[in-house]
Amino acid sequence: MAIISLHNLDYEIDGQVILKDINLEFKEGETFVIMGPSGCGKSTLLRLIMGLAQPTAGWIEIDGAITSHLSKNDWRLLRRKMGMVFQSSALFDSMTVFDNVAFGLRRAKTSESLIEKRVYEVLSIVGLDRSVAQKMPADLSGGMKKRTAIARAIAFEPPILLYDEPTTGLDPIIADTINDLIGELQDRLGITSIVVTHDITSALKIADRVGLLYETNLVEVRERADLKNTEHPLMKEFLKNFQLAI
Amino acid sequence: MSHKVHGLNPVAHLGRYISIGLFRLGEFVQIYLKSFKAIVTKTIFWKNAVVQMELIGINSLPIVIIISLFTGMVFSLQIAKIFATFGLTSQLGQGLTLAFARELAPVLTGVVVAGRVGSSIAAEIGSMKVTEQIEALETLSTDPIDYLVAPRILAAGLMLPVLVTFANLVGIAGGVVMAVYYASIPPADFADGVLTFVTFWDFAGGLIKAFFFGLIIAGVGTYKGLTTENGAVGVGKATTESVVVATIIIFVINYFLSMFLYDL
Repeated sequence: MAIISLHNLDYEIDGQVILKDINLEFKEGETFVIMGPSGCGKSTLLRLIMGLAQPTAGWIEIDGAITSHLSKNDWRLLRRKMGMVFQSSALFDSMTVFDNVAFGLRRAKTSESLIEKRVYEVLSIVGLDRSVAQKMPADLSGGMKKRTAIARAIAFEPPILLYDEPTTGLDPIIADTINDLIGELQDRLGITSIVVTHDITSALKIADRVGLLYETNLVEVRERADLKNTEHPLMKEFLKNFQLAI
Repeated sequence: MSHKVHGLNPVAHLGRYISIGLFRLGEFVQIYLKSFKAIVTKTIFWKNAVVQMELIGINSLPIVIIISLFTGMVFSLQIAKIFATFGLTSQLGQGLTLAFARELAPVLTGVVVAGRVGSSIAAEIGSMKVTEQIEALETLSTDPIDYLVAPRILAAGLMLPVLVTFANLVGIAGGVVMAVYYASIPPADFADGVLTFVTFWDFAGGLIKAFFFGLIIAGVGTYKGLTTENGAVGVGKATTESVVVATIIIFVINYFLSMFLYDL
């Protein structure tokens, strides 16, 4: 069953076409990886799903709601069903790790005792020690920042998680632990994950299905096990590079 | 909006620049409208507004006091002896107080706060913009206008008149001290000039100006921050532009406010 559907989605900015006629369904509980070269519109697709940008044409349906029909308040409620992990982690640098993770919960007027319990719970889920809670983002390593960003995104237990280049800028070992974490979260919490990456290693490790964006279009969608049968030259190139790497 | 359009003739370029200017003006006005709506509908983050009042008001007080004190003193230094020579000792009190209440205190305070606070607002919000923190706020069901912009606009609008009140007190006191000790003008003559010629409205007009200057400083700072692009270079550019633009607007608006408020 599709939890998110994209229908004939177009996005343009300053007359430049970024995405054209995207039709795609994300199934409940799956990890869908969107791949493609830099600048092909992968991150834009996530921003459209999250309502951070509005499509030029077409529409998006999330959990039965057509997003273009939503009021500001409806969007606020819908966003509680989604978490987003940004490429730069986007932690609020004036707040401690604890306050970063607690931010969304405080917005929902959760009691402080419940917030404290939940913050330490999600920090534990993402593999961060309690002692990290009072640190500032500037004192964290890249991997810890990413884990904190994931903790913040799952604090509300959202059924949908969007990851924008979660392993970019991390060394291969830390990147691998983040990939493991994404997999663990899906197994443990049954979250629908949409992951944007150009890292074929990540894609092959975590994906149930992979979509390839190329020159504004979604040119291919395949099950992970079926990737070897791809006919698209770019996907073949990605896979060739992966085989060379191992 | 894109700014780089090649192959257009000069008229088309002019049209393009006008449309970009109008587009930006529209965005700038929207910041105020949305902020006023956030204040009226109480979706503003009041806690952030209180924090900003401290940053904009209390933390700017030392620099405002120092600048006002020395401006008042140098004002007296320049003209006290001339006034005494012509026997216009009571006119010094009138001149100094009117100048401070109507123009010097609000404009000096506005320019100082634009440099100290406007730049910091643009840099802080600009850094948040380029590190995706503004979008992160939205994903956490938080409107950046309610959380970042409206508290700063409200705080600046309220705190600038407070700062100007202190600037008036300190600046005029500095002027009195110099008049008495440098030009030997009796304090009673000084006070006589103030009480005879200066009205409540002279001070009230200055405070009204300060309110508008506060809105301008915070509005320009937040707008420049929210429209920051191109990483660290963009943050630097936004910071500089926020000070330059706010200062220019303050001087221009001050002229028209003076005409309107004092029926000139």
